Amino acid sequence: MPEGKDGVSRLTELDEGQSGLVVGFDPPGGVAVRLEAMGLREGKRITKISGLPFRGPVVVQAGGTRVALGHRMAARILVEPVE
Amino acid sequence: MSAPRPNKRIVLAGNPNVGKSVIFSRLTGVQVIASNYPGTTVGFARGYLTIPSDLEVRPGAPFAPGERVEIVDAPGVYSLAPCCPADQVARDLIAGADYTVCVVDSTNLERNLNLVLQILETGVPTVVALNMWDETAHRGVKIDPALLERRLHVPVVPVVGVTGEGIRKLVERLDEAAPSGLPPLPGPERWRRIGEIVGECQELVHHHHTFLQLLSDFSVKPWTGLPLAAGVIFFAFVLVRLIGEFLVAGDIVIFRQPLLQLPFGTTFLFETAWVPLMGKLSILLGGGGFLHDLLIGALADGKIDLMQSFGLLTTGLYIPLGVVLPYILAFYLVLGFLEDFGYLPRLAVLLDWLMHRLGLHGYAIIPNLLALGCNVPAILATRVLESRRERFIAATLVSIAVPCAALQAMVIGVLGPRGGRYVLLVYLALFCVWLVTGFILSRTVKGYSPELIIEIPHYRLPPLGPYWKKIVSRLRGFLQEGIPVILLGVAAVNILDYLGFFSAVSVLAAPVVEKALGLPREVSTVLVVGFLRKDMALGLLAPMGLTTRELVVACSVLAMFFPCLATFAVLLRELGWRDLLKATGVMLAVSLTAGTALNFLLGL
Repeated sequence: MPEGKDGVSRLTELDEGQSGLVVGFDPPGGVAVRLEAMGLREGKRITKISGLPFRGPVVVQAGGTRVALGHRMAARILVEPVE
Repeated sequence: MSAPRPNKRIVLAGNPNVGKSVIFSRLTGVQVIASNYPGTTVGFARGYLTIPSDLEVRPGAPFAPGERVEIVDAPGVYSLAPCCPADQVARDLIAGADYTVCVVDSTNLERNLNLVLQILETGVPTVVALNMWDETAHRGVKIDPALLERRLHVPVVPVVGVTGEGIRKLVERLDEAAPSGLPPLPGPERWRRIGEIVGECQELVHHHHTFLQLLSDFSVKPWTGLPLAAGVIFFAFVLVRLIGEFLVAGDIVIFRQPLLQLPFGTTFLFETAWVPLMGKLSILLGGGGFLHDLLIGALADGKIDLMQSFGLLTTGLYIPLGVVLPYILAFYLVLGFLEDFGYLPRLAVLLDWLMHRLGLHGYAIIPNLLALGCNVPAILATRVLESRRERFIAATLVSIAVPCAALQAMVIGVLGPRGGRYVLLVYLALFCVWLVTGFILSRTVKGYSPELIIEIPHYRLPPLGPYWKKIVSRLRGFLQEGIPVILLGVAAVNILDYLGFFSAVSVLAAPVVEKALGLPREVSTVLVVGFLRKDMALGLLAPMGLTTRELVVACSVLAMFFPCLATFAVLLRELGWRDLLKATGVMLAVSLTAGTALNFLLGL
C-alpha cells in the first residue's frame, strides 16, 4: 500500500478491510464539517469496507455508522493506517 | 375543525434514518411513508396527539390530560451547525419547537448523541427516545437508560417504533420534558463529553457477524455487489411482472410454460360479473347514441370489449381497477420490500459511477426507482439532491424516460399480446433515452453536482405492519387521485370526440405524426390525452388497429412525450416556471427525436 510522508495515507489508498485513524482533512473545512457530524472526525478509528472501481465511492465503517463517500471526498480524508 | 388549534408543538428530531416517521405515525395515527434509507422524509408532516385523559400528571406539568398537541415529523439532520443548506428545513423546525422528542438509533449511540447534545444545549425541553431498542441485543450493544437519563438530565425512554413497544411510556413521560441545562460546548469538547457519556452508559459485547451483516458487506464490494445488484434488479422486474400478471389474469407463466391457471384475477372478475351487467345496460340504452357511447362506448361485434369500448363504465373502470391497480400493487410490494430491507442505498453506491456520467450521483437512483411507481413522489424525492442542477436533471430524466407503473401496466396490456419482446423493446428504448438524455444534460446544464455522501443503513427484515401500511397508503393515493382523473378524462375524451375536437388536432399534427413518427394521424389525439393520464391514453391506442411497429413507436413516444397533469403540477412547484419551460422543451425535443429514430430503426 502506498504511503505518503509520515505514514499518512488518503482513505482511497487503504486496502479493503484495512483500518486507520483519521488524522485530518485535505483541504480542511467545507464538507469536513458534515463528515464530522456523521462521526468521521479526527482521532476516530475507521475501517475501509469497500472501494468501487472507476473512481467510485468508498464505503467506511466508523463506530456503528457505515458511510459511503464519493471518491474525491474520500481522497480528502487523511488516515494513519493501523494494524 | 371543531377542536381548537393546539398551541404546543412537539418536533420529532434526530439523525436521518433513525425511525422518526414510524414513531410519528405511532403517535399521531397519521400514515407517512417510512423506509430504511436516509432522506425518506423531504419536507415535513404534521399531526396531532391527544394526551391520554387517564394520565396522571404531576403539578405544574406542561401538558394537561386530554390536551391536543401538534407533532411535527422533521427531516433527519446530523448536526444543527449550518453545514448544508438542505438541512435548513429541519433546523428551522427544531428552532421553532416548544418541545422536542429526540429520536436516537440505539445501535449507534455515539454519533446520535452529537445531535442530541446540540439540541439539549439550545435549552428546549426534550425527551429522548432510544429507538430500535430491540436491535441492540443482537448487535452486542448494552445501554443503561437510567444512567443515560441522569447524564442528560432529560427523560430517556427505550422504544421500538415498528412494534409500538414503549410508545405509551414515551407519551406518559412527555410531561417530564424539561430543559436539560447542559451548557453549550465547542465541537471537540462536545465529542469528549459524548465519549465520557457513552463510556459510562454503553457496553459493547463481542458478537458474531450475523448473516445480514455479511450480506451487507457483500452488497457493496465490487466483485460481489455488482452481480448481486444485477440479480436483484432482474429478479425485481420478473417478480413485479409475475405478481401483476397473476392478479390480472390469474395465471403464472414462467419461460412460456403456464404453471398455474386459476379462475381468478381482475379480468375474470370484470368479464364474469361486470360485463353482463353492462350488456343489459347497453340494451336498455338502445345500443347506441350519445349517452350509450359515453357510458358503454363502442361495441365490437355487438359486444363490450373492456380494453376497446372506451365508455365510462367499461374501459373507464377496467383500466384503473382491472389493469393498473394490480401492477401498482405488485410494484409496491417489491419496491417496499427493497426499501424497508435497506437495499437502495447500496444500489446508490454501486451505480454511483454510472450516475456521474448523467450529471448526478448515486443517490439519484432512488428517485429514478420511485418513478417506476409514480413520477410525482419521485420528483418530490429529488429534493434529497443538493444542487439545483442535479434536481433539474433528475426531474427531467424522470419525467421523460422513467415510465410509471400505470403506464407500464398498460404497455404490457396493449403491447404484451403481440409478444413480450416488443414490451422489452419499449423498455430498452426508454433506457437508451434515459442514458443519452442524461449524458447530454450533464454536458449542457450549468451548475455543480456534489458528490455522494450517504449513510448505509443496517439490513433489516421489513416489519410487516409498517410495510403493509405503506403499500395501502400508496394504493390509496392512486385510488383517490388517479381514478377520478381517469373517469373525468374518459368522459372528456368522449365529449371532445363527439364535438370533433380530435379530428381537428389530428389534421394539425398530421405532418409530424405521420411523416416523422410513421404513425396514423389519429395517434396525435392519444398524445394529447396523455397529458391527463398516460394509462388512459394507451387505452385509446388499443382499438386503433396499429401494426406492431407502430404500436412500439406510439408506446415509447407516449411514455416520453409530456408528463401527465399531476407530474406537471409537481414539476412546476419543484422547478419553477423557467426550469419547467426548459424541461418541457427538452421533453418535446427528445421524444420527437427518439420517436423518429425508433421508427427509422424499426424500419430497417
